[in-house]
Amino acid sequence: MNLSLELMLQLCIIMPLLATLAIVASGRHPNIREGVTIATCLALIFLVVSLYQGLSSGKSISVYWWELLPGLRISFDIEPLGMLFALVASFLWLVTTCYAIGYMRSHQEKNQTRFYVCFAVAIGAVMGLAFSANLFTLFIFYEVLTLSTYPLVTHAGTEKAKKGGRIYLGILLSTSILFFLLAIVSTWVVAGTLDFKLGGIFADDVDKVIASILLVLFIFGIGKAAIMPFHRWLPAAMVAPTPVSSLLHAVAVVKAGVFTVLKVCIFIFGLDLLAELPSTQFLLYLAGASVLLASLIAMRQDNLKARLAYSTVSQLGYITIGALLATSSGVIGSSMHIAMHAFGKITLFFCAGAILVTLHKSKISDMRGIGRQMPITMIAFFIASLSIIGVPPTGGTWSKWYLMMGTIETEQFVLMVILMLSSLLNIAYLLPIPFHAFFPKLTSFKTSDKLSSTTNVTEDRLPSFEIKEAPLPSLIAIVVTTLGCLTLFIYPQPLFDLASAILTGRG
Amino acid sequence: MIVHLPILQVIIPLMAAPICLMLNRAKLVWLFALLASGLAFSISILLLQQVMTSGVISYELGGWQAPWGIEYRIDKLNAFLLLIISGISTVVLVAAQTSIEKEIPKDKHTYFYVLYLLSLTGMLGIVATGDAFNIFVFLEISSLSAYALIAMGQKRQALWASYQYLIMGTIGATFILIGIGLMYQMTGTLNMQDLSQRLPEVAQTRTVFVSFAFVIVGVCLKLAMFPLHLWLPNAYAYAPSIVTAFFAATATKVAVYLLIRFTFSVFGLSFSFTTIPLQTLFMALGLLGIFVASTTAIYQSNVKHLFAYSSIAQIGYMIVGFSVSTVAGLTATLLHMFNHALMKGAIFLALAAVIYRVGNVELKNFRGLGRQMPLTMAAIVIGGLSLIGVPLTVGFVSKWYLLTALVEQGWWPIAVLILLGSMLAVVYVWRVIEVAYFKEPLDPSIKVKEAPMSFLIPIWTLVIANIYFGIDTRLSVQVAEAAAQSLFGVSP
Repeated sequence: MNLSLELMLQLCIIMPLLATLAIVASGRHPNIREGVTIATCLALIFLVVSLYQGLSSGKSISVYWWELLPGLRISFDIEPLGMLFALVASFLWLVTTCYAIGYMRSHQEKNQTRFYVCFAVAIGAVMGLAFSANLFTLFIFYEVLTLSTYPLVTHAGTEKAKKGGRIYLGILLSTSILFFLLAIVSTWVVAGTLDFKLGGIFADDVDKVIASILLVLFIFGIGKAAIMPFHRWLPAAMVAPTPVSSLLHAVAVVKAGVFTVLKVCIFIFGLDLLAELPSTQFLLYLAGASVLLASLIAMRQDNLKARLAYSTVSQLGYITIGALLATSSGVIGSSMHIAMHAFGKITLFFCAGAILVTLHKSKISDMRGIGRQMPITMIAFFIASLSIIGVPPTGGTWSKWYLMMGTIETEQFVLMVILMLSSLLNIAYLLPIPFHAFFPKLTSFKTSDKLSSTTNVTEDRLPSFEIKEAPLPSLIAIVVTTLGCLTLFIYPQPLFDLASAILTGRG
Repeated sequence: MIVHLPILQVIIPLMAAPICLMLNRAKLVWLFALLASGLAFSISILLLQQVMTSGVISYELGGWQAPWGIEYRIDKLNAFLLLIISGISTVVLVAAQTSIEKEIPKDKHTYFYVLYLLSLTGMLGIVATGDAFNIFVFLEISSLSAYALIAMGQKRQALWASYQYLIMGTIGATFILIGIGLMYQMTGTLNMQDLSQRLPEVAQTRTVFVSFAFVIVGVCLKLAMFPLHLWLPNAYAYAPSIVTAFFAATATKVAVYLLIRFTFSVFGLSFSFTTIPLQTLFMALGLLGIFVASTTAIYQSNVKHLFAYSSIAQIGYMIVGFSVSTVAGLTATLLHMFNHALMKGAIFLALAAVIYRVGNVELKNFRGLGRQMPLTMAAIVIGGLSLIGVPLTVGFVSKWYLLTALVEQGWWPIAVLILLGSMLAVVYVWRVIEVAYFKEPLDPSIKVKEAPMSFLIPIWTLVIANIYFGIDTRLSVQVAEAAAQSLFGVSP
């Protein structure tokens, strides 16, 4: 096919939106409907990969749609960071769709057409966000993403879903309107432009106090990055069906948040200005506190999805720290962590969903011994946990390595200790799950007292040795993302190249 | 013909009103009224085009020269307003026939259209004329017909609401008349252009101060500016649904126009904002209005009441933009007049459709409507998002301008308050959405159908306009900016 790269870029955003029409039209025939979705996913990956090739061959790809308000244009431009995000999101969309087909059918969810429609809109918004050439365009897609995921979060339509949706929308909308929009308007007034530019858009003699305030507004306003105290929406969003939690609340939405943070730090403030601002240090400690506290809270969660959600909050803090360190290794570590954490966390969520649909278990305390019934799932869980912790042979090693380097380079030793401490906590809250799944009789250091009274019950439930894995499409998805975690360890070069190209300009 | 457009704008609906009485066949009258309003709409488009290309149009009634005769003076500001009023009126009228079938007894249908057209005439007249006394005359035409229209509401409370409005409205109109009288006493002229040149000479006299006070308070009564808003919620809630949709989208805009016209054109910028501390006062009242009205809206159980209070809050935004008293601030106000007309038109028409199918708009009866009337509810959702100011809707455009205007002046705290105010909008809009989409219907045996096409077409016309003008802002922004600049005397 001979499409121009510019056209491809526009198709990336428009095609998922057009696909919604086809999905609605074929709503009565699930096979066709899901066929349409898969076809769109494949086409999207093709487009993004072609764009990636275009970018690596040194072409500049930008598109200008129209001027929404005088001086404020809707326009797109591809740079390595956005490319990285788009690659991850589009690939994982395919995998998630595959997973969702198995999950939604065996769970007999209602309103599946609405589910696939909102999903496609969300992905279109993510593509638009990833390729935005200015903050204004980014903000528009940011809001579209919030609103299009609301029906997904409240999919069940129950009272609990309504409450979760309220917190979700309440926090995301209010932070974005109250802080983010104010920061954007002020940046527009102060700097006179909103275009992303390497090295920042503020003049050299910009008032440091104002810039500091703006930075705080930005970091608070980008609620999707889930920095404490604005993280509550993420656990609340866990009422959604698992495919939603896995793609949107481990990859698309939260990564859109930290992606925006990175974009703002690198292309609005510029690393030089960022390093000089007094508020950067404060925000670094805030993010550090967020990392540590979220890990601690995660340890106390018995609901698997809630534990994973808090783990995500903690991992997002890593990325924000990397961005605020304002060094090249920090940025490289952060952007690599976007991909690494995406693969790891999506696998964990897939596993949680698989356990839910096949064994109908959502509590960790009920999961002793399930390794015998779901060996593949639990092995995947184990590998993905390793990636989150950041030990070989998984991808997470690399990103954490660079983040550590960043803290050492800037002599932020407190943060270094926090990162190391948090890794230990990761081990403590993730690894017991697969261990107990395979070796149910081991007494846990934490739950030993509680367990003694319930041991008999668990013993009764254990005898089944029959293997009962998740539906095939879901299982394939789990295996694919797990292999992804491993591959990224062995072969991180393309990702690293992309990440290190962010600060040098085009790939 | 083209020369007579300014007067045709007003006279067509005026003449159409008595003809309606003669036709006296419900359906025929409706079509005729629709035709008249449509004609007015096309004239307003022509006028706007003409003004944008060749500047101010001055039309002398009966050929009498300006300060002595009555002059119709169309500049960018009133051309913009004429477009909003006649456009909304036409779209709303499309749904009128179906809606009033259930809400107004059959023998009163003709009167309804007569009054509707007279009210339209009044509003168009207020905006088109360049003569201060003429404004009062048209104000009375539009107000008297409005009282009668509101009294036509289904419930007995409509009479009380109409009476309340009558009292308040009459006080307002009388105040304006007193103000105009005092101006006449000081300058001997009623032509606004002429007034603006003569008033500065006598600006430091007590009479002019008093006349200014009377005019502003009178206008603010009509404007339903907090704390003079008490008549509005009931008037909107108990009036026939079509009337609510029409008035919510246009009536208060006309009052805002009067405010701008008197402060900027007649008394002049330096008098209104330097001699008299209007800025601080209006800023405070506007902000208070936003918070008090939005908070009250959250606690309403009747959805019409809820959005009526929201209207008062939105007026607060216009007042804040106005009180910034810069080109950017005024542009924000003018834009919000246009945009708010689109949002509230869509929302109140959708509520009219709900009344048509369900019978009332108590919040508890919205249960399950998300499934039963998907298109109508979707319209309310999009209208609500626009009220909140989500990007790609018109609400975002006006909010962006308002924020820029405030931040440019360095008024950060007020910008924060404005944003906090729009968080309250999220709360009251989401109350409706949650009930409609998450609750099962109270009585599942009653099957509620989607609204008929005669509703859906005008509703969705407005909804699409909400999105279209949120994406392609050239028309609204250009006109609003040009109008604001000409009011400040800056050549564009």
